[in-house]
Amino acid sequence: MIELSDYLVLGAILFGLGVAGIFLNRKNAIVLLMSIELMLLAVNFNFIAFSHYLNDLQGQVFVFFILTVAAAESAIGLAILVVLFRNRGTINVGDLDSMKG
Amino acid sequence: MIQLIIFYVFAAIILFAATMVITSRNPVHSALFLVLAFFNSAALWLMAGAEFLGIALVLVYVGAVMVLFLFVVMMLDINLAPLREGFARYLPIGALVGLVMVFEMVLVLGSDQVTLGIAEKASSSGGVENNVRLLGNLLYTVYVYPFEIASVVLLLAIICAIMLTLRRRAGTKHQSVPKQVRVRREDRVRLVRMSAEKSD
Repeated sequence: MIELSDYLVLGAILFGLGVAGIFLNRKNAIVLLMSIELMLLAVNFNFIAFSHYLNDLQGQVFVFFILTVAAAESAIGLAILVVLFRNRGTINVGDLDSMKG
Repeated sequence: MIQLIIFYVFAAIILFAATMVITSRNPVHSALFLVLAFFNSAALWLMAGAEFLGIALVLVYVGAVMVLFLFVVMMLDINLAPLREGFARYLPIGALVGLVMVFEMVLVLGSDQVTLGIAEKASSSGGVENNVRLLGNLLYTVYVYPFEIASVVLLLAIICAIMLTLRRRAGTKHQSVPKQVRVRREDRVRLVRMSAEKSD
């Protein structure tokens, strides 16, 4: 039988892969967005596992809202990326230094 | 037992796909591997009794968000070489941070400490009650205000995405709605009084 810790460990490894992806691809904004999606997926795994094993549907409601917000976030992020590419001709995060940050 | 084997197969595919997402050379391949990860996650969610969310993951993520990703990746004419240059340099630190986080979380979550009253666990796996019906009941009664706010968030995302990428080119012909609304009768209609012509 599948234990709760199986789901949680899977979520943990997935989250670690997302974090590592942000470190590895810190020049490529598109893969950065994909890494964020991976981390959100890992969080959703935890919610669904707890919802299943506690027999409580509120976790699934929360996953529903996370999916909504994540879809909005990626849509706006990609729109910003398109505008960025139109104005600067690059999506290299290293080149985005016009605000001298 | 067979469930456990299926779980491990799907989990292995998810982890492989996630690894390929973050190490792939081409962003198109990354996006396609992310689609694979989402599909297998949806399968695992179905196994965990979250049928509605599994289907929603396939519909919303694979059907909409990843298509959006692929669209943007293919539309932008990006030069891939400079985007990869820090990869080898940041590989050790990235792998180290990831491994430390995974190790810590596994230390806590994988042990026997996480047993939160699971004695009476999941009798719902028989599938007697309908997950979609239960979730809908909860969503439209208790969580109706958050549900409305979520729809406002989506509307906001639509407006933001359109306004960000809207571009007015010179020379195109389009309606000016404020001008159309502000127009008065006197600007458009001119009454002319003229004598009727004589008919012969």
